[in-house]
Formats: sequence, structure tokens, C-alpha cells
Amino acid sequence: MSPLNIQSGSTSHSAYDLRDPHAEVIEQHTLAVVVDNESGVLARVIGLFSGRGYNIESLTVAEVDHEGHRSRITIVTRGTPQVIVQIKAQLFRMVPVHEVHDLTVDGPSVQRELALFKVAGKGDHRIEALRLAEIFRANVVDSTLESFVFEMTGTPEKIDAFAELMRPLGLREIARTGVAALSRGA
Amino acid sequence: MVVEALREQGVDVVFGYPGGAVLPIYDEIFQQNDIRHILVRHEQGAVHMAEGYARSTGKPGVVLVTSGPGATNAVTGLTDALMDSIPLVVLTGQVPTFMIGTDGFQEADTVGITRPCTKHNWLVKDTDKLSEVIHQAFHVATKGRPGPVLIDIPKDVQFATGEYTPMPKAKVTHYQPRVKGDMEAITRMVEMMETAERPLFYTGGGVINSGPAASQLLREFVAATGFPITSTLMGLGAYPASGENWLGMLGMHGLYEANLAMHGCDLMLNIGARFDDRITGRIADFSPNSRKVHVDIDASSLNKVIRADVPILGDVGHVLEDALRLWKARGRKLNKAGLAKWWKQINEWRAVKCLTYKNSATVIKPQYALERLEALTKGMDRYITTEVGQHQMWAAQFLGFEDPNRWMTSGGLGTMGYGLPASIGVQVAHPEALVINVAGEASWLMNMQEMGTAMQFRAPVKQFILNNERLGMVRQWQELLHGERYSQSWSESLPDFVKLAEAFGCKGIQCKDPKDLDDAIMEMIKYDGPVIFDCLVEKHENCFPMIPSGKPHNEMLLGEADTKGAIGSKGAVLV
Ligand SMILES: Cc1ncc(C[n+]2csc(CCOP(=O)(O)OP(=O)(O)O)c2C)c(N)n1
Ligand SMILES: [Mg+2]
Repeated sequence: MSPLNIQSGSTSHSAYDLRDPHAEVIEQHTLAVVVDNESGVLARVIGLFSGRGYNIESLTVAEVDHEGHRSRITIVTRGTPQVIVQIKAQLFRMVPVHEVHDLTVDGPSVQRELALFKVAGKGDHRIEALRLAEIFRANVVDSTLESFVFEMTGTPEKIDAFAELMRPLGLREIARTGVAALSRGA
Repeated sequence: MVVEALREQGVDVVFGYPGGAVLPIYDEIFQQNDIRHILVRHEQGAVHMAEGYARSTGKPGVVLVTSGPGATNAVTGLTDALMDSIPLVVLTGQVPTFMIGTDGFQEADTVGITRPCTKHNWLVKDTDKLSEVIHQAFHVATKGRPGPVLIDIPKDVQFATGEYTPMPKAKVTHYQPRVKGDMEAITRMVEMMETAERPLFYTGGGVINSGPAASQLLREFVAATGFPITSTLMGLGAYPASGENWLGMLGMHGLYEANLAMHGCDLMLNIGARFDDRITGRIADFSPNSRKVHVDIDASSLNKVIRADVPILGDVGHVLEDALRLWKARGRKLNKAGLAKWWKQINEWRAVKCLTYKNSATVIKPQYALERLEALTKGMDRYITTEVGQHQMWAAQFLGFEDPNRWMTSGGLGTMGYGLPASIGVQVAHPEALVINVAGEASWLMNMQEMGTAMQFRAPVKQFILNNERLGMVRQWQELLHGERYSQSWSESLPDFVKLAEAFGCKGIQCKDPKDLDDAIMEMIKYDGPVIFDCLVEKHENCFPMIPSGKPHNEMLLGEADTKGAIGSKGAVLV
């Protein structure tokens, strides 16, 4: 596999980067959307973003209430303030959408992402990778004589930083889950 | 089960076309008499008929079509209804659940294809859920901003017997859009109305969708305040065209006085319109000196295109009622001096008489044809539908609408082929009324097969075709924007419309001399049955006034003399 070309702040790699380059201030917002867990609901949400030219920086989804058939979608998106308001209004008018929270404006929140890194190397590189993993509190979840798979949970920025450091040490692959987020406090 | 649920929802007519995947439902339809089925000739026609039915009654239109091609043929109609906020419930057949995903015969991913062109859609895989979903579908289609919904029903689900959930027991979803506007915002709106020097009501289809009470409140509000009022294409009829304060339609082909009032007002009261690009022209120069109030039931319409100073989320009818009550309670205050000056200015604009055209003694001008149609049908129990093109804009300019729900046109999507089927849908809902489709010859051909439907179901619709042998609106743009290079905008090899009428078994009339026009129109009206009226009109007439794409309201073209070099290359990329 070719060495990964990870730009700094890789989260700005969007699946749908259709932003108007001339738009005014671009802000990043994290939205939590509670939806009915019915078939097609994710396609509906993604279709909204692609159809109207909004960005998805990252998106995670899983059922959070089995009895109530509710899933929570966490979307990190970017856009001008006007576009962000539009996105929220467009989401909220969808029939299976129950709640839309803008964690970025609602107050402090915690944001976490899980990532797996495959790092291959020998000798000093291997030792250095292990040492850095310890500093970053990454766990080794697989190892061979020539490689490690590290597991790490943290903010997207922390994951970016770790990836930067691993690159010269033999970074081969990364898998990231995208952001899950909750507001702080009760 | 399906028919039972429709009956409980008060459905009296379904527009549809059968096929393998809906045979069980058609079997149910065969065995009952409560619900009438109108057999169309193409599924697009069924959806437009349901739109015409819905728009003219305020009730949701219902469509039943088969899987695969039946469903894909319905897509244009669904998109049209979504853009114009028309409530529809569309039922599609689907291959049996165990065959979904196998590329079965006449299988299409209907919910996937229609997801972006419906307000919501469902694939029902369990017969026990079917009736409940149908009840939910009616709820979603009609509540909040109305729109089309679709239910995809696999054939095995249709065959199986299941538990029927009656309407009152059905879980209506949490979907309950708010109708009451925020009182604080309404108070700000009223305060602004009390002091405004140059206020203007700018109303849209939302007033019609809100129901007759909203139109009534609007009329009362306009009469009490004396404010001028203009409306979008979709909102015509909410305020009567004969009303004193009426400025006519606004927008790209709107009236001079309406557009200049938009440009010059200091308070814009947007009631149920959505700042469409046909209305705003160049955004940066849109009504630069006004404060804007925007009332809309759809939060995503607020601040989407134009920033509102006072956005009010709510149903137009409720908000108007609260605002009117509050304004009266606060002592009916107005800036009388400002208003008087404002009207003086508006009357100067009116004096320009922007709809003036050069008439002819030898050829029928399309504007003249519509003036005569208006004069001869005024006061009748009349409904108008249109196709899309120049004729549509002339109809909006020259016909007067006194009441809501009397004007059906494809506004948002601009769908050629809408008018003929829509006229049939209107006629089915109002069998005794005079229903006229003002058409262009090219648009009309797009769904002309539906004349068969009109004949079969004795819908005496009048097809008033302004035949300029051109894709007139395209030709006008080519003249103004593309150096008069008329690429593919000629309607060649047209059928003989009179013979075509005979072939369908209805009446055909052709008229080409202005002197014969009145008699011919009367003949059309009096004939007890469908008529195809081939009105041969001036071929190269342009539709004015016109705000060229990318221009602000105050740079409007009033006539031929204004057009030279009017549209720059920047405007040409806009549509
Ligand atoms: C389905 C569809 N295809 C193409 C167009 C683009 N279009 C808009 S108006 C027009 C010409 C319409 O011609 P006609 O119906 O004869 O009306 P006229 O403008 O001549 O009055 C065309 C091709 C459209 N609106 N809808
Ligand atoms: Mg034509």
C-alpha cells in the first residue's frame, strides 16, 4: 500500500466537498440528530447533504435506544453560519427526525473518535512507535514481528497528531470511526 | 385493506394505472363503489391530475400505480408536487418482499428513487402495519408544509391478510409542525406595520395552502390597512385581482408596479412565499432598503435565500389572525402620510401600463386572446390550469383570479405537460365548473394522450392552445441572449389539432382571425364536452415585462425597444 497522504487536519477531507470557496466565514459544527431507526433514514440524511451541497466532515450512526427504535447520528459539518442554520432546519423538518442538537453552540461538549493505526517497521522505528503510543495512551491490539496495530480514542486533533508522528515510523493504514459527541453536564 | 383505509380517510377518487404488482388492490377497487377510479393514459398524467384535484379542493390527491415503470413514470409529478407543496398520497406496487433486490421483473428501488422527490416515503413489509402507514401518510402529506408522500407496497403484503388499524387508533407520528407564530415576533411585525412609510404585502402559495380562512384574513388585513399587495405566481387568487390594492403578480414576468414596489418598499411582509429566484432577481440588489418580515410554516424557508429581520415560523392563517387582532387592539395605527405618498408613487408606476401590447387586426396576439377569454368567462364558475412557457406568463398577467384554488400552474418545477392532466383532475373534482387549460402547443403535446381520459370520464375540459408554432419561451431567450440563433425552438410537424380532436372523439376548433375569436371562444364554452381549441397566434411575440436573469427589479425590460444588449454574459448562465 502506498504511504498515506494525510493532510494536516485530515478531518477536513470531506466526502462532499462542494463548499462555495467565496463564502464568508466557514464554521465547523457538530450536530447530534436523534432519528427513528427505520430503513432508509441514513440515506435520507446523507441525501440531504449531497443533494443540497452541504459538507459531511464525519458521520457516525448507531442505535442508542433499542426499545424506542431510536438512533443517534453525529455529524460534523462545515459551512457559513447561514448554511449551518439551513442544515439544522432541513434536518428538523424530516419526518423521522426527532431532535437536532447543535453541540457547538449548545455549550461545552465532549467529542471522541476511535482510530486504528497499522504501523510496520523494524528496529528503532518499532521502539519509537511503541514509546509514542504510550505517551498518547494508544493500545496495541495486534502485533507481529514487523507490525503493530494501535488503537486510540481521542479528539480528532489528537488522532491527527498521532498519525503525523507515525508517518515517518511506517504508518501503513488508518481506520477512523468519525466523531461521537455529547454535551457536558447533566 | 388499502381501500378501507382510503375510504376512512374520505378519499372519493383515485387516479391510477394498473399493473402486475398492484393487481390485488385493483381487485379490491373492482369490488366496491365508494371510491371512483380514473384510469389515466400515463402515470405522469395521474400525478398531475391528483395535483389539480388537490390544488382545487384543498384535499390530498391520491394516486395508484404499479411497480417499476409505473413508479418511475410518476417521478416528474412527485417532484412537481414537492416544489409546489401539493399534498399527494401515491401508492406504488412493488415486487414481493422475497424478491426485492433480485432485479425481479418490473422491480425498481422506488423508495430510493423517490426519496429526494417526496416529503416522506415508506416501504411497507408487514401487512399489519399497512393501514397505519396509510393513515400516517395522509397526516404527513397534509400537515405543515404540504407535499407528496409515497407508500411502496410489495405484492405479497397486498395479498396477505392482516390486522386493520382504524384511523383514530393509528399512531400519528411525532410529526406535528407548529402552527402558532411566536407572539413576540408578531408584535414586532405589527409595530413595523404601524410606522412603515412604504409597506407591501408579498404573498405566496402558502396563503392558498393554509386554506380559505387565510385568504379571508389577508383580504381583511389589506382592506383595513390599505397596504398594497402583490403575489407570486403560486399565490394568485388569495387576494382578488379586482381588489383595489392589488398590484398584480411580481417576479421575472411580473408587473412593473409590483416589482418596483418590491424594490422601493421600506417594509416587506412576506406571507407564505419563499423568495424564489424568479422573484428576487439579483440577490445583492433585492429590495435594498426594506426591513423584511417572513411568515412561513417551514423553518428551512426562513433565512434560506434572503435574511429576514423578523422571521415568523407558523401557519399563515394563524399568524395573520393573531397579527390582525393585535393590530386592531393597539388602535389600528398607520403612517397615513407615508402611505398616501407611497400610493401616489405606485399610481405613477401603474400609469406606465406595462401590459400594453401592440394589437393587430389581422393576427391574433396571444395577449388579446387571453383578454377576450377573460372578458368572456369572467364571473363564471371558472378554473384555469396552464402548461409552461410564454402562454403561462400571459395567463398570469391577463387573467384575473378572484378566489383561491382557482389557478393551477406548475411554478417551482415548470413542468411542460402539467396543464392538460391537471385540468382533468380539477374537472373530476368540480364536474359542473368551466375548466380551461391555457396551453402552448409544445407543452400540450407532452401529455396529450390524456384526452382519452377526458373522453372516457366525460370531463368537459377546454384546451385553449395558444399555438405560436414555437417553443416560445425558449425562442424568446434565444432572441434576447443567444443572438437570435433559434436552435431547435420551432414546433415542427405539428398535428392538425382539429383532426386530432376528431380522432379522440371530442370537438376541435381552430381560430386565426381576431374577428372570429369571440364567437369561437363562446362555441368552446358552450360545447358540452372536451374541446381542443387551436388558437393560431403571432409567432414571434415576446413576453414583457421581463427582468433579465441576474438583474435587479428596477432594471426591468418593458418592451422590444428595451431589449438590445440587456442581458450580459453573467446573466446568460442563469436560467
Ligand atoms: C418538461 C420540460 N422540458 C423543457 C422545458 C423547457 N421549456 C420551458 S418553456 C418551453 C417552451 C414551451 O413551448 P410552448 O408550450 O409552445 O409554450 P410557449 O412558450 O410557446 O407559449 C420549454 C421547452 C420545460 N419547462 N419542461
Ligand atoms: Mg408555443
